[in-house]
Amino acid sequence: MDRPDPSRDLRIVVVEPDRDRALMIVDALRAAGSYEAVVVGQTSGLARRVAEAAPDLVLIDLASPSRDVIEELALASSPMERPVALFVDESEEGLAAAAIDAGLSAYVVAGLTGERIKPVLDAAIARFGMIQRMRAELEATRRALEERKVIDRAKGVLMKARGIPEDEAYALLRRTAMSQNKRLAEVAQALVTAADLLG
Amino acid sequence: MRRPLRIAHLPLVDAAPLVVARDLGLAEAEGLTLELVAAPSWSALRDMLGTGQAEAAQMLSPMPVAMALGLGGVPGAVEALQVLSVNGDVIGVSPALAARMGPVRFGDAGGAGAALLAAARRAPVRIGVPFPFSMHAELVHYLLERCGPPAPGEIVIRTVPPPLMADALGAGEVDAFCVGEPWGSDAVERGAGALILPGRAIWAFSPEKVLAARTGWAEAQPARASALMRALHRAARWLSAPANLPLAAEMMARDGALGLSVEMVEPALTGRLRAGSSGEAHVPGFLEFHAGAAAFPWRSQGAWIADRLARRHGLDRKAAQAAGRRVFRSDLYRRLVGDLAADMPGASSKVEGALAVPTAVASRRGMLTLRPDAFFDGRVFEPLPGE
Repeated sequence: MDRPDPSRDLRIVVVEPDRDRALMIVDALRAAGSYEAVVVGQTSGLARRVAEAAPDLVLIDLASPSRDVIEELALASSPMERPVALFVDESEEGLAAAAIDAGLSAYVVAGLTGERIKPVLDAAIARFGMIQRMRAELEATRRALEERKVIDRAKGVLMKARGIPEDEAYALLRRTAMSQNKRLAEVAQALVTAADLLG
Repeated sequence: MRRPLRIAHLPLVDAAPLVVARDLGLAEAEGLTLELVAAPSWSALRDMLGTGQAEAAQMLSPMPVAMALGLGGVPGAVEALQVLSVNGDVIGVSPALAARMGPVRFGDAGGAGAALLAAARRAPVRIGVPFPFSMHAELVHYLLERCGPPAPGEIVIRTVPPPLMADALGAGEVDAFCVGEPWGSDAVERGAGALILPGRAIWAFSPEKVLAARTGWAEAQPARASALMRALHRAARWLSAPANLPLAAEMMARDGALGLSVEMVEPALTGRLRAGSSGEAHVPGFLEFHAGAAAFPWRSQGAWIADRLARRHGLDRKAAQAAGRRVFRSDLYRRLVGDLAADMPGASSKVEGALAVPTAVASRRGMLTLRPDAFFDGRVFEPLPGE
């Protein structure tokens, strides 16, 4: 098998359909060193696109269903394709675990040494971690917004059914949640569901 | 507070026993809080199990065997504590390939295999499967090998994530697929293809998914493993009553993490599939969780999988079969599910493919009837003598 030429820049394929995220990752890699970074954004024909790019390293979101396609490439043994292995931590303490924590899976071509890939992985782990935090914040905001809506609806249901003002409806929801040891949003959701069922 | 037991799975219809065990309170009754985590891919699921992010997982039955054989390049040993589901795959083709194949009766494996090979002689046929180590891949390989075998390059088997299968078929990236539900019905609904075979037309009783855990996990905490397996046993038994299926479909649809609707779940649970424009096909035993000791992890099932993998990957077949047998822990199943099972087979290994009709077998209470497990070509698999 051909070992990557140590004098040549590493070729890194970033599998990421979201354009903004892909650019963030590529920027982080460029800031970390001299690399040739290729973004594959389409999931259609992924295996072919990645194989054609003949990467030394493939970086893919752990949450992507397309990861199994890269996994298969790692098994491919035809002479046209270079073997790619799932990055397994051997040289650096905890690097693979840090990658998983950051939501990153990295596949490395066989024969690449630890010191060549470490800076790439460090940069990628930091950036994936940041993206993951942003995503979690976005999700938390979205959920808070949805819960707000459900609580408003539950208040409405109570106001109508019991003929009480808004603040009293809210207090009732809160008291019920506390006495049942549940979250306010859960109680509200149960009430809204029941109201929907009863018509 | 009680430590929840995290189980990784994929959002598929055959995750039903896990959902039922949780939502029907069966796990609670065993003193267990189940936390289901929907994994985005099979490789991610495997890594979750490997890193301890999940204690157990719904795995494709060939995955633990492949790991035991050192295939796939990922270290770590896992074992199959029980079978979670039997059968449930479908094979479908694009309209273009269907035209090249000519008319094939739904469910006629021999006819479909021959037609696929005939079509492949004119131009390569690309078949999408969910994962390189899957019963889907094994069934396709078995069908084509026994009907052919195909010449090199005539058939290309590729990994395509099942949620993207209909798109891949529509875009002409694959010509055919073998997937689990709901993804076969999804391709039909979206007009991308038509179903030609249920998986059980190739092998009538194939272990599809297993309950996997890191090797040694169950033995280190037998009470926890036993509680889980007993809850799953009750869930599977509940699922075997047709009257419960509408509620089961509701439960699956209600779980937001699965992203499934009642309409997507029902065909697999009831065995009433929309095959294509030609209409509905009724496949009894399309997906089994309980009947015929479905959950029992036969040593011979592990050996069959190992033997098939060994032949394709050029490994020593005898050593591979021994490794496959070790992975399917029928001994643990006996010990941990215990008296709960109505009956337990007397043997731990069988000749796979020998049963053409339901057959009563030697069992602890003498009331166990195994379901037909024949291969489409009538061959049988007798595991090599153990070490």
